[in-house]
Amino acid sequence: MSDLKQWFKSGQPWIWLNAGAVSVSLIMVVGLVLLIAVRGLAYFWPADVLEADYIYNDNSAIHVIGEIADTEEVPVARIQDSGRPIKTDEKFITRYLLKTGNRDVYGSDFRILLKDFLQNKKYPENLIVIERREWGNFYGYLKTVKENNEVIAEGEAAAKEINVRVERVLNIFNELREIQTNEIGEINYALERLRLKQRSLELNNDNDPQKKADIVEEQNTWNNKYSLLQKRMGELFKDISRDSLVVEAMNGEQIEFSMEKVVRVYYPNAMSVFSKTGFYFEKLWEFVSDEPREANTEGGIFPAIFGTVMMVILMAILVTPFGVVAAVYLREYARQGIVIRIIRIAVNNLAGVPSIVYGVFGLGFFVYFLGGNIDALFFPESAPAPVFGTPGILWSSLTLALLTLPVVIVATEEGLSRIPRSIREGSLALGATKAETLWRTVLPMASPAMMTGLILAVARAAGEVAPLMLVGVVKLAPSLPLDGNFPFLHMDRKFMHLGFHIYDVGFQSPNVEAARPLVYATSLLLIVVIVLLNLMAIAIRNRLRERYRALES
Amino acid sequence: MSTKFKIDTHMRWRLLKDYLTRQMVALGGSGVIVAIILIFIYLVYVVLPLFSSAEIEKVAEYSFSVEQGDTLFLGMEEQAEIAIRVTTQAKVQFLNTLNGEIIKQIDLPLPSKTTVTSFATGTPASRILAVGLSNGRAMVFKHNYRVAFPDNKRVITPSIEYPLGETAIRVDSAQAALEKLAIQVGEDSAVLIGVTSDQRIMMTNLEKEESMVDDDANWQEKLNSRIAHPHNDVSYILLDKDMRNLYLANQSGELSFYDLSDKEEPSLVQHLFLLGGKNQLASLEFLTGDISLLVGDTNGTISQWFPVKDEQGRRVLRHIRNFNDFSRSVKAIRTEQGRKGFIAIDESGRVGIFHSTAHRTLLTKRISDNGLFYAAIAPRANAMLLQDAQHFYFYKIKNEHPEVSWTSLWGKVWYESYPEPDYIWQSSSASNDFEPKLSLIPISFGTIKAAFYAMLFAIPLAVMGAMFTAQFMSSGIRQIVKPSIEIMEALPTVILGFLAGLWLAPFIELHLPGLFSLLLIMPAGLLLVAYLYHRLPARIQHMVPDGWEAVLLIPVVLALGYFCFGISPFLEQTFFGGDMPLWLRNELGISYDQRNSLVVGLAMGFAVIPTIFSIAEDAIFAVPKHLIQGSLALGATTWQTMIRVVLLTASPGIFSAVMIGMGRAVGETMIVLMATGNTPVMDFSFFEGMRTLSANIAVEMPESEVDSTHYRVLFLAALVLFGFTFIVNTMAEIVRQHLRKRYSSL
Repeated sequence: MSDLKQWFKSGQPWIWLNAGAVSVSLIMVVGLVLLIAVRGLAYFWPADVLEADYIYNDNSAIHVIGEIADTEEVPVARIQDSGRPIKTDEKFITRYLLKTGNRDVYGSDFRILLKDFLQNKKYPENLIVIERREWGNFYGYLKTVKENNEVIAEGEAAAKEINVRVERVLNIFNELREIQTNEIGEINYALERLRLKQRSLELNNDNDPQKKADIVEEQNTWNNKYSLLQKRMGELFKDISRDSLVVEAMNGEQIEFSMEKVVRVYYPNAMSVFSKTGFYFEKLWEFVSDEPREANTEGGIFPAIFGTVMMVILMAILVTPFGVVAAVYLREYARQGIVIRIIRIAVNNLAGVPSIVYGVFGLGFFVYFLGGNIDALFFPESAPAPVFGTPGILWSSLTLALLTLPVVIVATEEGLSRIPRSIREGSLALGATKAETLWRTVLPMASPAMMTGLILAVARAAGEVAPLMLVGVVKLAPSLPLDGNFPFLHMDRKFMHLGFHIYDVGFQSPNVEAARPLVYATSLLLIVVIVLLNLMAIAIRNRLRERYRALES
Repeated sequence: MSTKFKIDTHMRWRLLKDYLTRQMVALGGSGVIVAIILIFIYLVYVVLPLFSSAEIEKVAEYSFSVEQGDTLFLGMEEQAEIAIRVTTQAKVQFLNTLNGEIIKQIDLPLPSKTTVTSFATGTPASRILAVGLSNGRAMVFKHNYRVAFPDNKRVITPSIEYPLGETAIRVDSAQAALEKLAIQVGEDSAVLIGVTSDQRIMMTNLEKEESMVDDDANWQEKLNSRIAHPHNDVSYILLDKDMRNLYLANQSGELSFYDLSDKEEPSLVQHLFLLGGKNQLASLEFLTGDISLLVGDTNGTISQWFPVKDEQGRRVLRHIRNFNDFSRSVKAIRTEQGRKGFIAIDESGRVGIFHSTAHRTLLTKRISDNGLFYAAIAPRANAMLLQDAQHFYFYKIKNEHPEVSWTSLWGKVWYESYPEPDYIWQSSSASNDFEPKLSLIPISFGTIKAAFYAMLFAIPLAVMGAMFTAQFMSSGIRQIVKPSIEIMEALPTVILGFLAGLWLAPFIELHLPGLFSLLLIMPAGLLLVAYLYHRLPARIQHMVPDGWEAVLLIPVVLALGYFCFGISPFLEQTFFGGDMPLWLRNELGISYDQRNSLVVGLAMGFAVIPTIFSIAEDAIFAVPKHLIQGSLALGATTWQTMIRVVLLTASPGIFSAVMIGMGRAVGETMIVLMATGNTPVMDFSFFEGMRTLSANIAVEMPESEVDSTHYRVLFLAALVLFGFTFIVNTMAEIVRQHLRKRYSSL
């Protein structure tokens, strides 16, 4: 006993408790990343599809087919309280969340089932999974493939036939999408510009008939192009809806739907681990390169990745020069006194000002004040529709540039302050002017610090969502801020963003349960990007320190 | 010569470049600094108009002829271009407000040999008016305006319509003159109540009958009855727009409050005195929404009353607030249509602009030396028309934000239909005559609550972790541990919020007992393991290098955590009847939200741990080594050295770390947005949600109309956040700089 007392007196227990705090923090960080990684990565794996009978209280049974999306252990008593008699000695019972898909048939994607009441479990190889453009996945059996309502293949033959036909439909679909987004987008854009030109002539009271005729002529050319395309699209639409297929859902119902709705078909139970791996990477690629489907809950997140990258690049272009100049001014040119000290504290503190405050400022000042005035001055022809007087990517990048300015200033200043005086003095003593010293010696030496600042700024900007919700982010942007129409970069457009995608799909989507894995995958992507950026910053910072250590000695 | 010249120009060019660089850098640098200051200035610039008073500007003054009779009613249309005046001689005049010119004059088609004996208005928005006649009937009419844009110019044409038909409606079948009248016309029913010359209160209830043959609606009398009222000196009569509450008052301020829900049997709810002393009642009006009564007396006091549920659940009129800005009799009160504001005029010729909720007098000004008699306020509350004995005065009003005052933002306000004064945030609603409730207290409270729970979780973990990492951990591990915790800081909060809302919240709801047992078992278990380790033979202990305790404990923590959540269902089964949230609700009366403060505390605590950890660790690590060595050399144990020397020296640094962490928790948006229910409740309970300033901005800003009061109040919320975090961070920064100086002197 005295030993215990002694031990407590030595203070050892408290040290151990402190060590425990570190362990807990570490476990939380690693656990969080692992949780997201496991759930996010599992999303792409083609799980086996279960077929079974589920027995209800009154011994009636239903036939279920689906993927097991989640498993949990539930106390038996809780189930019994809800009115389900269970005869078992176990305290706990396994509960499955079965993704049965076929939302068009059953109304919901998921079913909650108790493991003990599943009978005749099997994984038949001819179970088909069909990814569709609407109503979610289909699970069931392929019956027949039809062309123009005539049966082409049945049973085994259908399984062979379908792959060819899906490929054909996908090709047509891609062509259609190409026409719709690029070519028709171009025509609409051109027509809109012509309309604005016309309006601006009206506003300027310019009644030159030549100009008007030119516009009309140009409009006609575009309209002709449009009708040509429309004809082509009509053919394609006819082509794409040529084939249809008949499938049997788990309740025995035979459903027929057009092939144009199909994105992909596969037989998960028949796939080997090798082919599943191939499938996995195919899905992963689709995720990062494709457009979202079904209100963002399926498909890829390419527009969100693109929007995030675009916005961050714009922000970096804006923030770097200003941040560096401000830091150089504060460190190299300004007279070090009380005023500069106050400013330095203020700049430091701005890094701690909540990001939503920047969002409010951005909305009020950039969007409504600056944007409103720009519209009134330069775009009177598009009134009352705002051009810059509405949230958009330019204002988002500006707002985030302001938000990350302190990060760049602080990092650059730190880099500048680490450069030994002797280097500056040496340069000046050799007759270089201050500007030359700055340009030729100080700035190159401080460049890793600037890089660090920039990377940290980018990492912060990539993860910031709250201010963007006010100044430009949308859940679904019809077009990317960069495309083939002059002037190519459309600074007034709204954009999609990874962080906002997470918020939107996770919290605002009608089918949260189905969308959740996608949110995990998106989160994982965002975390990977941000952690990599931070690691880069740390590595650069360390190299920088090494370099000066060598200089100082 | 030429080389010298060359060198000279080259030199000059270099100097010019140097000069230019200096100027550019100074310009750019100060520009950036100005931009930063601009944020603050702009926020203030947007917020300031909230607190400015109303301004009025006289547009015109003109005389009018009294030959057509005295004024019964003054009103204006939407654009305040045309005013309407109804006279005692049953004339309706439409005037140009800018010059008083009569655009149109209409004689009401009164039955022969009758005169106007009384006058009544429906709600201002309905534009329904009625005159009571000497034969016990009432003529109901409506002033209407058609707006057309011929040649892009606005032309407003006024007209008079008769919504209940052109024939006068019978109120008193005995045909006594109506001395007082009240009217309300709804979608398909209308009520007229008159006080006859022999002091009977007569009520007529009409209902609309759609005709099968043509489109014209036909109004039929459903009921004509007498309301038994024991007093015979009624001089004010008010009926609300739902035709359910009737108020009858006499000159001395005795008021009877009748419930007309059942038109067949009106019941007296309350009889009370509105005024004290010898004051007489001078005016009685509804505030917009027809819930509150505005009472003006001969002493110049305006008081607001509305029905409130008392302990027995009955509605009784309560006195709410007074406006004591006038000293003479209140001649008239006219209410705004879209807001809870009103204007009033007094006998001495003064006009006042008031707002009831904010309890704010925005302006009082003497307009006429002869006293004012009538007033009208434009539907948009941007103009008013006042009348004295001979003149009309037309004023423009600039009064953008009357609903905000210091008390309405930060004090308890008694809102209409609430049982008592309260702090409430409810900025918008579907209804037009909604009373905005803009108290910042509930959301500020939510902010503090969220930050408090986050800090409760974060401070112990972060500071203890920092102490160990800085002083006891071996340097090799430290180089891994520190960056990996710091990287946590860069994790986007939207991800933390998503996990908190969709993974942690349901997890905690299922494992509540496990979580609480963890709080007890974790420290106890750690201590037990530590003691066992201490009892191990020294040979084994030496196999583990110093400073590896944290690594050793990782499996222990994992095991303890697994154990706690593993036994959670058993605990729940044994102690809480299988469902702890339900048990809390039933046994302790604590309501449990799935997305509650506990979840926010954990998630946001997680977000601020790295901030606090990093700064605190730096501060502790920077404590000069000779202090520690001195302490150890004098025989103190490592822990004593830690507590009495290191911690004491580094305490300002730890303080500043905590402050910065708190600043971050206060301003964090996404986590609270996603992990709470965002209901602005004032409750410190662990198990309920909150709404914070930042989340409130994120939720409401996109929908608020630019430059509206709501928009500016949200800016004010942002300014509060900005100010708070700025002050906290500055304090922390100053403390840190101070500390750095002290270390360098040690």
